[in-house]
Amino acid sequence: MEQYSSKVMDHFAHPHNVGEIENADGVGTVGNPVCGDVMRLYIKVENKIITDAKFKTFGCGAAIATSSMVTDLVKGKSIDEALKISNAAVAEALGGLPKVKMHCSVLAEEALKSALDDYYKKKGVASPVKMPAESGHEHDMGE
Amino acid sequence: MRTVYLDHAATTPVHPKVLEAMLPYFSGKFGNPSNLHDIGREAKNAVEEARAKTAALVGATPVEIYFTSSGAESNNFALKGLAQANSQKGKHIIVSQIEHFSILHPAKTLEKSGFTVTYLPTDKEGLVNPDDVAKAITKDTILVSIMHANNEIGTIEPIEAISKITRGKGVLFHTDAVATTGWIPVNVEALGVDALSFSGHQFYGPKGAAALFVRKGVRIKPQIEGGIQEDGRRAGTENVPALVGLGKAAELATAEVGNRMKYTSQLRDKLQKGLQDRIEDMVINGHPVNRLPHNLNVSFWYVEGESMLLFLNMEGISVSSGSACTSRSLKSSHVLTCIGTDAAVANGTLLMTLGMGNSAEDIDYVIEKLPPIVQRLREMSPLYEDMMKKKKAAAR
Repeated sequence: MEQYSSKVMDHFAHPHNVGEIENADGVGTVGNPVCGDVMRLYIKVENKIITDAKFKTFGCGAAIATSSMVTDLVKGKSIDEALKISNAAVAEALGGLPKVKMHCSVLAEEALKSALDDYYKKKGVASPVKMPAESGHEHDMGE
Repeated sequence: MRTVYLDHAATTPVHPKVLEAMLPYFSGKFGNPSNLHDIGREAKNAVEEARAKTAALVGATPVEIYFTSSGAESNNFALKGLAQANSQKGKHIIVSQIEHFSILHPAKTLEKSGFTVTYLPTDKEGLVNPDDVAKAITKDTILVSIMHANNEIGTIEPIEAISKITRGKGVLFHTDAVATTGWIPVNVEALGVDALSFSGHQFYGPKGAAALFVRKGVRIKPQIEGGIQEDGRRAGTENVPALVGLGKAAELATAEVGNRMKYTSQLRDKLQKGLQDRIEDMVINGHPVNRLPHNLNVSFWYVEGESMLLFLNMEGISVSSGSACTSRSLKSSHVLTCIGTDAAVANGTLLMTLGMGNSAEDIDYVIEKLPPIVQRLREMSPLYEDMMKKKKAAAR
């Protein structure tokens, strides 16, 4: 496997925004323990601005680092801006990810979209969130 | 910072005596063993001395030892070579589902060229049932390959019981002894096998030197052709220094195997108990008794293996993880899948394999460092959060 960038290792060893938000305005849980990663993202929204974001993640180094990074990226953004955050942006902000770990950035994007979707549902508003179709997982034989 | 290497199943350091034995053969005694002149003869003698020592380690005669470059090559050679050389008798092969990929992938390749393969399951401790082998044998069966011990979970298979069956039915029996040789007694007569793979870097020899035992009179088809080396069974100029190293490592292992078992099993038991006393919700994988002495394979609920591995690495501790995330395919270990380990907990697996360089203080250090890492990752885990909430709700 390729090595992790120093930025990934830094976010893994000292992740930002770990925890829960009580009475969060949106919560999204994505992934599957069988595939090796589950992310849960909490957001607090005031006047359509994400004022706080926290996460809990079961997963590898890249899963924890992308969770940390995506929560950093959304804080202070409007919900419309947050919807535009892509997995590529998360990976780029981390100085890149090994090829086999790109699915972790996809999961981070999915977790954010799922939390935003939950926010709209709680508000009783039609959700404009489109979940990414492709999760990046490949299940072939071999090591 | 203390460094603790607990990954001896990945590879071992070359023993200083092994290195010392190898050094003259790089430039001083550099000859090609195939040459008749004195320089060539000197190298040839060294290779044959190494062959005798290597044979002695597994209770074979020197002519039954074919040198190869790796355990994977020995396994490929055995499976393909034995199947192809005996295909006029039949085309059915039996292996277990927990074999190393260097058996499973050649088995798949053989299936594509007209062989049929039965993949036997194991019980939840990783044991192959000899009765299953007996039932799977048909008139068309020519070869059974069951590993001596599994490299991940350490379960030691009932090879003697299986060889009684294969001998009774006139079926060839190969065992992959890469995980066991040098760590527990390995004797081809006691095991009753026709072929056996082992590799030097697993027991303080150099990488690039391994062997396949093939019982005298058993036909095997060469997989590397075009040379007279290894009695024409495996072409290519011998890696003389590495083979000399393998021979020395075999000699040391023959003398020390009893000590190694005693020393590593005592440290392993200490490690296992230390972790069990401090960490809840963990599962020891493999057979409780019939297990390699230096092997500890353990799964922790609610946390993922690679994260634990990376945090341990920051503390100077080297281990392997059996998690989906460190593998290219994102699938958890086929061995853990076979023994029925829950896929969620399988991703939280660490493989720790001890060696003669580990001390009791090293183990104390791991017992001190690992529990807080597991706890820290659990506090970060949504699965742990869900479990704790359920627990609280149930207590109400």
